[in-house]
Amino acid sequence: MSQIINVEHLNYRYPQQDTDALTLTDVSFSVAAGEWVAIVGHNGSGKSTLAKNLNGLLAPVSGQITIDGQVLSEDTVWDIRRKIGMVFQNPDNQFVGATVADDVAFSLENQGIPRETMLKRVDEALAQVDMSAFKTREPARLSGGQKQRVALAGMIAARPKILILDEATSMLDPEGRAEVLATIRQMKADSDLTVLSITHDIDEAASANRVLVVNDGQLVEEGTPAEIFEHGPALIKMGLDMPYPERLKAALKRQGVTVPTTYLTEKGMADWLWQLISNK
Amino acid sequence: MAIDFKQVGFTYQPGTPFATQALTDINVTIPDGSYTALIGHTGSGKSTLLQHLNALLKPTTGTVTIGDRVITPETSNKDLKALRQHVGIVFQFPESQLFEETVAKDIAFGPQNFGASEADALKTAADMLALVGLDAELLDRSPFDLSGGQMRRVAIAGVLAMAPQVLVLDEPTAGLDPQGRLEMMEMFAKLRHERELTVVLVTHQMDDVANYADHVIVMDQGKIAKTGTPQEIFQDPQWLAEHHLGLPKTTAFAQQLMAKGIQFDQLPLTEDQLAQALAHQLGGATQ
Repeated sequence: MSQIINVEHLNYRYPQQDTDALTLTDVSFSVAAGEWVAIVGHNGSGKSTLAKNLNGLLAPVSGQITIDGQVLSEDTVWDIRRKIGMVFQNPDNQFVGATVADDVAFSLENQGIPRETMLKRVDEALAQVDMSAFKTREPARLSGGQKQRVALAGMIAARPKILILDEATSMLDPEGRAEVLATIRQMKADSDLTVLSITHDIDEAASANRVLVVNDGQLVEEGTPAEIFEHGPALIKMGLDMPYPERLKAALKRQGVTVPTTYLTEKGMADWLWQLISNK
Repeated sequence: MAIDFKQVGFTYQPGTPFATQALTDINVTIPDGSYTALIGHTGSGKSTLLQHLNALLKPTTGTVTIGDRVITPETSNKDLKALRQHVGIVFQFPESQLFEETVAKDIAFGPQNFGASEADALKTAADMLALVGLDAELLDRSPFDLSGGQMRRVAIAGVLAMAPQVLVLDEPTAGLDPQGRLEMMEMFAKLRHERELTVVLVTHQMDDVANYADHVIVMDQGKIAKTGTPQEIFQDPQWLAEHHLGLPKTTAFAQQLMAKGIQFDQLPLTEDQLAQALAHQLGGATQ
């Protein structure tokens, strides 16, 4: 598989900062085309700064970013932005259209896509996120979760090669989050989309092929979701929740019950408890 | 302070092509001193109801009684100041409302607006900063130099500085990492006891409802679908699923155990409740 994102020795410092401390220090990684990579880390660890470097919203102090074969520079930034769709945590910051449909169409208009095609794509995208009924409504007057769906519809319609989700499901209820994740899986299946999701949600991280852990602006670990989840209570420090079986184990320990030290899935935990109780 | 809704309806932009009815025939009470969770599917009307709690929105029909103030569709926008002092709302992403040069000035803005002298307001600011668990050395810093979690605490301190009797929280932990979420929820629980607040929490996190609330209001399509204690609300998983709502993690897991044949006297809502029930059943297996 070819590498669609390649980051080499990236260093970043916010210009308005008074100290010399770097927000990102020597970050290197690559993502294969069609891969889903989750980036996790506690608040302030530098995850969003990293995302904004990838499409040139922020310019690094040093290091090189290559997107789909093009080295990111002033000359290539506009080409590269066309390839990357970003959805932020608070979509109020990215709405431009007067109606939901206008907003979803915005990036298509920018790309000069014929009107016929555009209308069709907007309708399809809104249907995919279950927001067709809100087509003529004002984005500003939607609820937080509805706004995140509209922002995602904009990306579905634009069909970027790379989708970056910056805590893009944080305002959705659990059902909405599951639906959105299913939509992204569908997009991936349809178009070999590459997904980079910045998240604190353990289910979203579990959807990824690979998890990168960022701490204090450095890449400290990477692995499959299962490998990362084995850390148990240390996951909290990585900005993720503890998987439920680990939480229950801790509560059982507080009650004086001896629990297994190996990682158990929810099913494994239920089986273990059932055995313990039925053998009593 | 109790808040009482009687036959409340609300329509956004009435008489325009954008007119949308957001609330229909709302009859509900938020009891004095309660920790009330307001839950419902995305777009069910939670945020619209919330804005009626301090008359930011006035009902299109019906009445809202907040303490001893009655708000009707005809209520004038004047003289609502006292009310807004009693009911403090922490909106989603409240840190986006910070604007002053220093943390102290930002927190002091509210009290000064309500007539406090600058000296008194700055004194209140210092007290409130301690209350939300931040160090006094931040007082002279720019709020924009703080981390996201710190900025949110400063914004909450600004609401608390008005000494509200009711604290309304609209998804207050959205965007925080799990550690930050836990600290924030524990802070609200502590504040509630120390300042004897009535708390209204709008949330999608069923675990927070199970852990902190004593009263739950469920909304669906702009109407009240159910009210009760968390124990009552989470008793009926099928009904919740029909209303696009989930269960606390523990309750969902307990159902897996029940499917295997493990029985519970009462459906557990928190991991400590479940652990306790299991330890009890295990009896001899405990140490």
